[in-house]
Amino acid sequence: MSILDIDERLFTLLDKVEFDRSPITDIKEVGECDVGIIEGGLCNAENVEVLREFRRRCKVLVALGACAINGGLPAQRNHLSLPLLLQEVYRSEPGAEYGLIPNDPELPLPLNKVHPLHEVVRIDHFIPGCPPSADAIWQVLTGLLEGREHPLDHSLIHFD
Amino acid sequence: MSATFLLDGRAIPFSEGQTILQAAVAAGAYIPHLCFHPDFKPHGSCKVCTVKVGGRQSASCTTAAAAGAVVESDTPAINAERLALVQMLFVEGNHFCPSCEKSGDCKLQATACDLGMVSPHFDHFFPDRPVDASHPDLLLDFNRCILCSLCVRASRDVDGKNAFALAGRGLRTRLIVNSRTGRLVDSDVSAGDRAVHVCPVGVILPKRRGFSVPLGRRVFDLKPISAVADASAQIEER
Ligand code: SF4
Ligand code: FES
Repeated sequence: MSILDIDERLFTLLDKVEFDRSPITDIKEVGECDVGIIEGGLCNAENVEVLREFRRRCKVLVALGACAINGGLPAQRNHLSLPLLLQEVYRSEPGAEYGLIPNDPELPLPLNKVHPLHEVVRIDHFIPGCPPSADAIWQVLTGLLEGREHPLDHSLIHFD
Repeated sequence: MSATFLLDGRAIPFSEGQTILQAAVAAGAYIPHLCFHPDFKPHGSCKVCTVKVGGRQSASCTTAAAAGAVVESDTPAINAERLALVQMLFVEGNHFCPSCEKSGDCKLQATACDLGMVSPHFDHFFPDRPVDASHPDLLLDFNRCILCSLCVRASRDVDGKNAFALAGRGLRTRLIVNSRTGRLVDSDVSAGDRAVHVCPVGVILPKRRGFSVPLGRRVFDLKPISAVADASAQIEER
């Protein structure tokens, strides 16, 4: 959603790029891309699959935001065991004594720990921040389009 | 104070017995550092202050200043090594900046930003260290400890209490509280102690103070750490 914060600059961007799969277009398959931007950490098996597929399809892969870069808030579950977490979420609420832990085969299996993206695939650029500022996103995107070597100024590097 | 050495081409005056970093800080010159604090004896553990003197790399906080020495600090090669050190500190602990009250006032975070860190690069350890919330006024989150020993030195040398210590060796080194139970509430630490204000990261935090200075207006939100004269004083006043 932070990408939308770049506001009317989006139109300038649209003159130069074509969006493939995005939360706006809701295309399920990933096409061949020059630049892929991916947010969020790896929480389940499907996340890993999508990331690997995305890496294969993108020439340049950009990790956007704290969760993608270090696991972020979801990774704060990493010191708890997965069974304990599932018990806590699905079976500890009053009135849910008969609640079941979801086990539909269609549901992706949760990972034991939440991992940042660079632990699984090569990431070319990182835009830190929770969320990253519109200016940081803009600078990296325009930097990539112009073939600039260092797409992020130090003043735009923020971890919170 | 007539003797000087050259730090990246700038003459830095020093007096007998001063280390390179002590003299640089006193002269308002920035050499990145984490475990050093002008008020305490150098510890030499983080190595972020590493410089090149006479062709050799050494920690500037523990290397004596010498007249005429040529010291290189702000070079791409040394800064790349500093960046790797800082990245290792990030993955060895749990540094989730958005959920840390110290964000914006944290020297680890500010040093990382200043060195251009955009990712921790290495695989995360995601350690599981306890949090001690037993004290009525203070919170201890050991997950963020970078083992700089500043609280240890402040408690011993200023407060006269020896409330903190580093125990264990190598990977197992950890901060402990010197009390019968190991809990902070059973130690003689109090909220006014120097030891509880020197932590460069968000391990020792006062309770009930959340966001008293909003994010975006904290010390290193306003200026990079390399441009803040005496960052320690400004943060500790908080
Ligand atoms: S608690 Fe803070 S001051 Fe003490 S050793 Fe850890 S990082 Fe340093
Ligand atoms: S500041 Fe010199 S080793 Fe840490």
